[in-house]
Amino acid sequence: MNVRTHGSMPVRREQDVVLARQAVRKLAVDCGMRLVDQTKMVTAASELARNTVVYGGGGDMDWELLEDGARTGLRLVFRDEGPGIADTALAMTDGWTSGSGLGLGLTGARRLVSEFELDSAPGKGTRVSITRWT
Amino acid sequence: MDRIPILRMGEFLLVTIQVDMHDQLALALQDDLSERISKTAARGVLIDISALDMVDSFIGRMIGTISAQSRIMDAHTVVVGMQPEVAITLVELGLTLPGVSTALDVERGMKLLRQRVASE
Ligand SMILES: Nc1ncnc2c1ncn2[C@@H]1O[C@H](COP(=O)(O)OP(=O)(O)OP(=O)(O)O)[C@@H](O)[C@H]1O
Ligand SMILES: [Mg+2]
Repeated sequence: MNVRTHGSMPVRREQDVVLARQAVRKLAVDCGMRLVDQTKMVTAASELARNTVVYGGGGDMDWELLEDGARTGLRLVFRDEGPGIADTALAMTDGWTSGSGLGLGLTGARRLVSEFELDSAPGKGTRVSITRWT
Repeated sequence: MDRIPILRMGEFLLVTIQVDMHDQLALALQDDLSERISKTAARGVLIDISALDMVDSFIGRMIGTISAQSRIMDAHTVVVGMQPEVAITLVELGLTLPGVSTALDVERGMKLLRQRVASE
């Protein structure tokens, strides 16, 4: 597997969630995804970027355009150094929210991508990696 | 702060969302709409989202709230123009927008609103 290009952008303020969505749309197009797959990736990114701002106290989004044989993929990593998640299994339950959300962000994002990894612990921050292949 | 314009067409209010909304803008629209419904005694709200290339849980929740709020204020809400890929993604995300009326385009949305109001 090759990394064709990569980069990073801040996800600190609410406006950054919009910028992240727009950046991911462009990357998904560059990756050669079909419209519906672009939309899934952008929507997943929007959920995770908002979590980074709202719960993580801000962080960054790293992106990689991947090549693996004939297929191409887009990997996004959202990371913050916020409070972390004490019970990640609970956080990955549909409808569970510690705030006033719908509790659909993490579980919904997982359904929208090919690969999903959540790595979080109290005091350690949170890292969520999502990948979608063409 | 910028605001999404709300147009009045007789007894209906028309909102066309043309920008990629940040969360505060979505919340402001929610508040502005309920204020306008009560001020104008509007019977219906038409929200055109054909320009939106994605609807996430936040915007989805806003749509649901506007719909429920308008109902309490004796008005109907119809959402029109959702792109097919947006609809597919929304369902996979887990949002089915229960209680939200939808129509394919503005014309059909208007017709639906008129029917709803007339049948009361
Ligand atoms: N980056 C993060 N840092 C700390 N806690 C997080 C982070 N991301 C998610 N969480 C925790 O996981 C819970 C579930 O997140 P999820 O995105 O699924 O739902 P939500 O944000 O509460 O609601 P929704 O996204 O539907 O509006 C959150 O309520 C929060 O407690
Ligand atoms: Mg969330």
